[in-house]
Amino acid sequence: MKKKKRKGELWKNTVKYRQLVWMALPALLYFAIFSYVPMYGVILAFKRYNFADGIWGSPWNGLANFEFFYKSGKMVTLTGHTFFYNIIFIVVNTIANVSLAVFLSETVMAARVRKILQSMSLLPYFISWVICSIIFYNLFNYDYGVINNLITSLGGEAIHVYGSPNGWPYILTAANLWKDIGYGSIVYLAACKGIDPNLYEAAAIDGAGIWKRIRFVTIPMLKPTVVTMTLLSLGRIMRGNFEMFYQLVGQNTRIIQKTDIIDTYVFRAVLDGTDYGLTAAVGLYQSLICCVMIMAVNKLIKMYDPDYALF
Amino acid sequence: MRKKINRGDLSFHILGNLVIWFVAIMCVLPFLLLVSGSFSQEADITLYGFTVIPKNFSLDAYRYLLSSPGKIISGYKASLIVTVIGTCVGLFVTAMTGYVLARKEFLLADKFAFFIYFTTLFSGGLLPYYMLMVRYLQLKNTWFALILPGLLGPFNIIIMKNFVKGIPHEICESALVDGAGEFQIFTKLYLPIMKPALATVGMFIALAYWNNWSNSMLYADRESLHSLQYILYRMSNGLANIADNPDAALSEVSIMPTQTVKMAMTIIATGPIILLYPLVQKYFVQGMTVGAVKG
Repeated sequence: MKKKKRKGELWKNTVKYRQLVWMALPALLYFAIFSYVPMYGVILAFKRYNFADGIWGSPWNGLANFEFFYKSGKMVTLTGHTFFYNIIFIVVNTIANVSLAVFLSETVMAARVRKILQSMSLLPYFISWVICSIIFYNLFNYDYGVINNLITSLGGEAIHVYGSPNGWPYILTAANLWKDIGYGSIVYLAACKGIDPNLYEAAAIDGAGIWKRIRFVTIPMLKPTVVTMTLLSLGRIMRGNFEMFYQLVGQNTRIIQKTDIIDTYVFRAVLDGTDYGLTAAVGLYQSLICCVMIMAVNKLIKMYDPDYALF
Repeated sequence: MRKKINRGDLSFHILGNLVIWFVAIMCVLPFLLLVSGSFSQEADITLYGFTVIPKNFSLDAYRYLLSSPGKIISGYKASLIVTVIGTCVGLFVTAMTGYVLARKEFLLADKFAFFIYFTTLFSGGLLPYYMLMVRYLQLKNTWFALILPGLLGPFNIIIMKNFVKGIPHEICESALVDGAGEFQIFTKLYLPIMKPALATVGMFIALAYWNNWSNSMLYADRESLHSLQYILYRMSNGLANIADNPDAALSEVSIMPTQTVKMAMTIIATGPIILLYPLVQKYFVQGMTVGAVKG
């Protein structure tokens, strides 16, 4: 009875605001076609795909694709890389972004200089990864890279960066930080500006120097933002920074052993077009873990501060 | 505000200045090397490597590139078409959707919002998307294939929605009483107020289009559809020569200046962004604080 009434109410409301329905329609159609329709494509993960039969006609093969993914050893290495690179990125970037934001908001500096320097730190964010990869090649290449130039001019031995996979976790961490630091610190800078100046005054009256003020006022006040941002990145932990990995490492087979993540693997597989069933299985595996992670993270955020919950 | 610096605080301000200058320089320096390289002579680079200031200033690389500018022009054209159309359409629809979702008295708004947000939770992955585009919608080698991916994003819609929520609701109510239609209210009253959010989201969308290379790689065999970034990618990986013009190679430049040309091409491909980003930065920082964090 009550439900019926509510249904009638919803209908009436919809009719009353039908113009809004029309206005939302383009976006709803877009997501229906380009996000919901491909979700049906995940059934490919349970099939042995062949081009002639298409998605529906190809024979089922149960969990064989997932089994192959696991047995080939790819599941463990790809998951490990995606996961650990992201963990390192989150830790390093959060520390660097928060530090830069605190310095930017607290250091005594001419306003115009501060603005220009902040603009400079934003430059990498605006440049495509294709260009970044060319820049990195110019820095690291063996014959005439800037860094090897420096080393040899100081009497050292040039490093074969593109031939030694072991250094790449550091390089990728540095590259990721370099690209993100200006942009990533904006959120924290805004949080710094939102801190009540009375708190600082009170601290100053108590005789606290700037180091103490930062430790006991700024950092605690930034904590909610840090927690939220970290939790949000944890929700994306199974989605790698595809553009960076693909552009910086490319098809360099020696380095790829240390740097292949799920996203680059899937991209290459799609381009090769060899085993669609397996590729779909890897994609589905990634999506499922992501989904679980986001659910868990959302629960954590809700416990911490319901205002920040995603849904 | 804090005019006097006590001695105890001095160490902080010195460190702060050092850190900020260091970060700023590190962020710009690699790009300067590229600029300098593009103005160097090819021989200097093979002999001495890259330097911050060119040893011998030279325009050879640019001259070489501009002697057969076909690819550059076609890349610019493709990137501009995709960026302009994609940003205009995407921004308008994003704003309109944000307007609808922010209307609390519209009961379906929450359901629509969930329908959109759910796509960030679960996705079919790249392969089903690729098959939809190529096999079922037959969009390979069309402009649609380059514009449709990335046209709308749930996070941009959230930013818009949060911004609209911050606008006093009375504006909408009184206009409704006056008998204005919703679409009219949105375009005439809300869009002008939404400028900061439009600038921020517009920049996100435009930047993603301009810097995109993977869509060209996945969905375009025709060279006229290749974006500037993808042309640059192919060039830097030796998949394509920048100049197909055989005359260019034979003209006054005797050795093909590979390294410097690559760098000159990079500068040309970055071009508009370097000029534009200090201008949009203001809105960008403003808009980020409006609704980017809070979902």
